[in-house]
Amino acid sequence: MPDSHSANTDSQLPPDSVGLITPETARFDTPLALACGKTLSAYDLVYETYGTLNAERTNAVLVCHALSGHHHAAGYHHPDDRKPGWWDAYIGPGKPVDTQRFFVISVNNLGGCHGSTGPLSHNPDTGRLWGPDFPVVTVSDWVHSQARLADRLGIERFAAVIGGSLGGMQVMQWSIDYPKRIANAAVIAATPKLSAQNIAFNEVARQAIRSDPDFADGWYAEHGSVPKRGLKLARMVGHITYLSADAMGSKFGRDLRSDDLHFGFGVEFQVESYLRYQGDTFSSSFDANTYLLMTKALDYFDPAAEYSGDLAQALAPAQCPFLVLSFSSDWRFPPSRSRELVDALIHAGKRVCSAIIDSPYGHDAFLLPEPRYQAIFSAFMQRAAQAAELAAPPTAQPEESQP
Amino acid sequence: MRADLNIIYDWVAPNAHVLDLACGDGVLLETLARDKGVTGYGLEIDPDGITRCVARGVSVIEHNLDDGLASFSDQSYDQVIMTQALQALRRPDKMLHEMLRVADEGIITFPNFAYWRHRVHLGLRGYMPVSKSLPHAWYDTPNIHLSTFNDFEHLCRDQGLVIVDRAVGVGNHRGHWTSRLWPNLFGEIAIFRVRRRA
Repeated sequence: MPDSHSANTDSQLPPDSVGLITPETARFDTPLALACGKTLSAYDLVYETYGTLNAERTNAVLVCHALSGHHHAAGYHHPDDRKPGWWDAYIGPGKPVDTQRFFVISVNNLGGCHGSTGPLSHNPDTGRLWGPDFPVVTVSDWVHSQARLADRLGIERFAAVIGGSLGGMQVMQWSIDYPKRIANAAVIAATPKLSAQNIAFNEVARQAIRSDPDFADGWYAEHGSVPKRGLKLARMVGHITYLSADAMGSKFGRDLRSDDLHFGFGVEFQVESYLRYQGDTFSSSFDANTYLLMTKALDYFDPAAEYSGDLAQALAPAQCPFLVLSFSSDWRFPPSRSRELVDALIHAGKRVCSAIIDSPYGHDAFLLPEPRYQAIFSAFMQRAAQAAELAAPPTAQPEESQP
Repeated sequence: MRADLNIIYDWVAPNAHVLDLACGDGVLLETLARDKGVTGYGLEIDPDGITRCVARGVSVIEHNLDDGLASFSDQSYDQVIMTQALQALRRPDKMLHEMLRVADEGIITFPNFAYWRHRVHLGLRGYMPVSKSLPHAWYDTPNIHLSTFNDFEHLCRDQGLVIVDRAVGVGNHRGHWTSRLWPNLFGEIAIFRVRRRA
C-alpha cells in the first residue's frame, strides 16, 4: 500500500510543503500497444505520491505533466534543494490540491528523461539505448500507461485528474478514454488541438535540435556527445512562447547588462542573458530525443480528428464535471482555445465551469501562485472531495479566499 | 432567494434545460437543479460569483454578455433566464432577440425605472433615483439602459414577442394587488416571461 512519503519533520521546509519525497518506480511487463502501431514489451514508470490513500481508495488525484515536466510536482528531494516540485504552489497541505484529503500521484510519462522508460533506456530488442528509435508516443498512450499504474496502485477511479498545458490534454483524453475512472477533470491552460502557429514553433525547436552536428541523428549518447546547442535554442524559442510580451517587458525592458552598447553580438540586453541562461540550464538537464517526442505528442493531439473535427462528439463519452481555466495573457494557448473546449463540452451537454484568470505571466501563469486561480481551483477540488465523500481536513481551512 | 428569483423558480419547468445569463453566485441554478432536476449553464463575469458557482457545483462559464450568445445553438435550451442584467447591456434589444433564438422562452427581470419612488426622486426632488433596486450613483452605475415596465412591453411588441406572464417584486416581496394592477407605478422589479409569436 503506498503511503505518504512526506517526512515533514525537517524544520527548514515550509509548513505547507508535502516535505521530502522519494520517487518510486513501477515495472510493467505486459506489452503496451502504442498508437503508432509499435508495442513496448516492458517499461518502467517513475512516479511520486503525496498524501495517503484512504481505505476505500477514493481519494486519489492524478497529476499530468507538461512538455518539459516530470513526476516531481511537489515537495523536495533533498533538504537543500533550491526549488520544490513544479506545481508546489497548488499541491500540499491546505493548498488547492490538499494533501490532507487527497492522495496525489504524479507520473513521469513514457518517452521522458527522468526515469520512466524513454530514449535514454535500453531497447531490449537491440541491447542498445533506444535513442531515436524510441517509438513516437501520444497523449492517448500516456493515458493508457497511467491507467495501468492506477490498476497497480489499486485505484479504480480518480477523484480528479488534473493538469496544465500538455497535462491538460491528458486530462481531456482521460475523460474520453476512461470516463468511468475519472470523477472530475481540471484542464488548465490547454487547448483541444495545436494551431498551425503552435506546430510551427515546435518545428523550429525540433529543427534546432536535429541540425546540431552533435545530435548525430539521435545517436548522440552512443557517440558520447550532447546536442546542447540545439536543445538550448529549442528551449529559448519555447521559452519566448511561455511568457507574455508584457511580462518580458516588465521583467527586462531594454535593460542592458552594462552601461554601454558594444556594437557586437555578445550578450548585451538582459533578456538575451536570461534566455541563454534558461537554454543552458535546460540543455544540461533534459534529453534532446525526449524533447522531440514531447513536441510530437503535442502536435498530434486532436481528439476531434476521428470525428471529422467535431470535438463535442469526441467528448461524448465523458461523464465528469470539468474545470477549464485559461490565462488572459497566455498567447501560446490563449483563452479562446479553452473556449473551444468549453463550447464543445456545452454542446455535448457536459458539466463545465470555466474562468479566464487575469494574469500578466503568459502561459507560465498556470504554474504560479495567483489568488483567483487558487480560489477557484480550491473550490473545484473541494467539490471533488465532497463528491468522493472525503472527510474535511483536520485543521479547518478557510472556505474560500476572497481576493 | 431574492423576490424575483422566487417567482422565476415557479416559472421554470421541472427537468428544463436552462441558460442563466448573469447567474451571479449560482443560487437560482443550484436550487432549480436540486429541487426540480433542472440542468444547464450560468454565464457570469464577476470573479467572486464564478468561484461561488464552482463551490456550489453550478456549471458556470466566464462570459461577457455584450459579446452575444453566438456560441450557443438555436433552440438549444427550454428557457433562458436573465435577472437584473438587461439594464447593464450595451444593446438590450439584441440580447432579447438572441435569448429567443437559443430558447423557446425567456424570463427577464430588471429594475422598473417608473416605480413611484423613482418618480418621486426624479420628478419632485430632481435627482437621479437611488434605491434598493438602483443602488448606484449616476456616475458609477453599470446600468446604462434603464427602462420601465411599459417600455419593455413596447419592445416585446416591436419584436413580435408574446408576453406569457408578468409579475412585479417590491423590496424582498412579491408585489401586492396595487402593483399587480398598476405595475408600471407600483412595481419595483419588473419580471417578464416572453415567447416568440408562434
